[in-house]
Amino acid sequence: MKLSLHRRAGAVALTGALALALAACGSDDPTGSGDATSGSDESVSTLSGELNGAGASSQEKAMDAWRAGFQSGNPDVTVNYDPVGSGGGRTQFLEGAVQFAGTDSALNEEELATAQETCSAEAIDIPVYVSPIAVVFNLEGITELNLSATTIAGIFEGTITSWDAAEIKAENPDATLPAVAITPVHRLDESGTTKNFTDWLGKASGGVWAHEADGNWPIEGGESAQGTSGVIQTVQGGNGTITYADESAAGSLGKASIKVGEEWVAPSADAVAVALDASPRAEGRAEHDIVIDIDRETTESGAYPLFLVSYAVACLQYEDAETADLVKGFLGYVVSTEGQEAAAQAAGSAPLSDALAADAQAAVEAIAAA
Amino acid sequence: MTSTTSPPTAGRRSDGPPSRPAPALRRSGRVRDRGASRVFRWAATGAGALILVVLAAVAVFLVLRAWPALTTPAAELTEKITWLRGADSLAAFVGPLVFGTVLAAALALLIATPIALGIALFISHYAPRRLASGLGYLVDLLAAIPSVVYGLWGALVLAPLVQPVWAWLNRYLGWIPLFGGDVSPTARVILTVGLVLAVMLLPIITAVSREVFLQTPRLHEEAALALGATRWEMIRTAVLPFARSGIISAAMLGLGRALGETMAVLMILSPGFLYSFKLLVAGQQQTIAANIAAQFPEANPLGVSALIATGLALFVITLLVNMAARAIVARRKDFSGAN
Repeated sequence: MKLSLHRRAGAVALTGALALALAACGSDDPTGSGDATSGSDESVSTLSGELNGAGASSQEKAMDAWRAGFQSGNPDVTVNYDPVGSGGGRTQFLEGAVQFAGTDSALNEEELATAQETCSAEAIDIPVYVSPIAVVFNLEGITELNLSATTIAGIFEGTITSWDAAEIKAENPDATLPAVAITPVHRLDESGTTKNFTDWLGKASGGVWAHEADGNWPIEGGESAQGTSGVIQTVQGGNGTITYADESAAGSLGKASIKVGEEWVAPSADAVAVALDASPRAEGRAEHDIVIDIDRETTESGAYPLFLVSYAVACLQYEDAETADLVKGFLGYVVSTEGQEAAAQAAGSAPLSDALAADAQAAVEAIAAA
Repeated sequence: MTSTTSPPTAGRRSDGPPSRPAPALRRSGRVRDRGASRVFRWAATGAGALILVVLAAVAVFLVLRAWPALTTPAAELTEKITWLRGADSLAAFVGPLVFGTVLAAALALLIATPIALGIALFISHYAPRRLASGLGYLVDLLAAIPSVVYGLWGALVLAPLVQPVWAWLNRYLGWIPLFGGDVSPTARVILTVGLVLAVMLLPIITAVSREVFLQTPRLHEEAALALGATRWEMIRTAVLPFARSGIISAAMLGLGRALGETMAVLMILSPGFLYSFKLLVAGQQQTIAANIAAQFPEANPLGVSALIATGLALFVITLLVNMAARAIVARRKDFSGAN
C-alpha cells in the first residue's frame, strides 16, 4: 500500500505537471493577428495597469482574441477575463469585484438600480459579440436540410419523431430521408444559447412551441449534455441526432437552413448581420445603454434571426481616471472594426453592423472618470 | 504494509487468534519524551488534529453557505431559482438528486465489487509471483487516471460501444422494469455511468482487499489444504471469512468515491430529476455532485446557496456511509485484516 501510494502520487504529480505545461503553451495570441493590430497603432500607448472582467463563457474565445490584440498594442496593460458565466459576471460586477462584465442578457431594472450604487452613476450595456446559433444534426449522407421553426419546434417538442416524417419531407422534397428516429439533444446547464433558441422557437413557430424563453431547457427528460462541446460531441456520437449550438462549433455536421418569410436562409455571419440591422433597440433604456430587441419574426430577405447577442457591461463613470481610461481603451478596441474582425476570425462571430458599431463607439466614448 | 508470510507478525498488528501479541507498544504519557522524540510527538498529534479541523471547517462552511437557501421560504426560492424544475421546496428538489446519487453509486459497487475481488484473489493466491506484482502495479495505475479522462473515455468510446448491448437488454429483458422504457440511442444513461464508475472503483477495492487476503494466517490456509480442500475450497473456508470485514471496508471506501464523483457523471449522463429505476432511459436521474458542477456557473447567489445545500446533503450521506462501514468493521475487529 505504502509503495503504491507513492507511485500514485508520482503519477498524479506528473499528470498535473503535464497539464500545466500544456496549458502554458495553449493560449498565446489565438488570433494570429496580434502583431498587425499593434503595428497600426500610431500613437504610443500611455495606458498601463490591470483590468479585470468576468462573465459569459460564450464570449471566451472572442475575449481571448481581444485581450491578445489589445495587450499587444498596449504592452503595459493586463486584461483578465474569468468566464464564470453571465449570472456570475453580473453579480461580480454589481459587487464591484470586477470593472466590466460579459453577459448574454442585458441588465434588468433591478440590476440597473443596484448598479447606481456601485458605479456612482448608471451602468451601460454595449453589444460586443453577435453569434449565429445553428440547428445542427447528424444524419448519414445529408449535410443540408430546410427546416422551418414550426418543424424544429415539433422535433424538440417530441411530436415529430422520425426523419422521414411528412413535415420534414414537405420542406425537403429533393432529399432522400432515412426512416431513422430523431434524437433531440439539449444543453443540461443554464445557457444563453438555450435562452435565445427557446425565445426564437416561441416567437417564430406560430404557437407550436408553448414554452417561454428560458436559459434552462423547459422540457423534462430527453438527451442532454454539458456545454457547447458536450452537445456537439453527443450529436457526433449518434445517428439521427439534432441539437442547437454556436455556429462556429458545428464542424462537419449538417446545418439546417431556417425559413424566413418565403425563403430558406442558412446560418452565416452575413445573414445574422442583416437580421441584426432589422432588429430595433430596446425601448426605455438610457442613451448609451444599448440593448437589442431581437426581431425573431423578421421577414427581411436573407436575414437569419436565430442568433445570440452578448453584451459588455461597464460603468458610465469610474471613481479614478486610470480605470476609466483602461475600460474605455479596451472596450473601444473591442467594438472597433479591428476588434470585431479579430473575434470573427477567432470565434466565428458576426461583426457589428456599421450603425451599431458607431452607437457602441459613442457609448464607449461617454465613459469617464467621476 | 508488506505481505505477511508467517502468522505471528511483530508489532501492533493483531493477526487472528493463534498468537495474540502483547499489548500495543505505544508509549504511554508517563514516560517523558525528550528532544526530537517530543517534537515528533507534537507533530503527529498536530497532524491528527488537523484532519478534524479540516472536517469541521468543511461542515461549518457548508452549513453557513447553505443557510440562506435553507431558511428562505419555498415560494421565494422557486421564484428566484430558475432550475428548481417545478419542485416546490428545497427538499423536493434534493430528493431525486439523493436518489440518483445513491443509485449510480450502488450500480457501480454492484459491478465493481465481484470483479475487484476476483482480481485481488488472482493477485494474492493464483498468479505467479512476478505476474502478481506487475498486475498489482497496473491496477494501482488505474487510480492515477484523472476522472475527467474517464469521463471522456466513457462518453466518446464506451457509450457508443455499449449502446447495442443496452438495446439488446431492452429488447429481450425489457419486461424487467429496470431495463424497460425507450432505450437511449446515445447510451448516455445511468447504467453507462455505473459502468464507468465501477472501473474507477476497481483500483481502490482491489488494493485494499488484496492486502487483506495476503494477511490470512498461513496456518489457516495450510490447515484447509491439509484437510483435502481444493484451492477454491481453501479460499472459501479460510481466506474469505477472514477477510470479510476487510472486503466490506474496501467496498465502503469505493462507495465514498462513487458518491462524490463529478466529472465522469457530468460528461456521460443525460440528467433528469425523477425517482426512476429505468436504467436505460435518458433524462431520468442526476447526481448531486454533477448537478452542482452543471448549475454553478450561471447560478445567482441564492442558487449557489441552494447548490451548497445539496452539497451538504451529499456530505451527510458520505458521512453516514463511512460510519456504517466503520461500525461493521469494528464489530468484527478480531478477524479484521484491515484494522
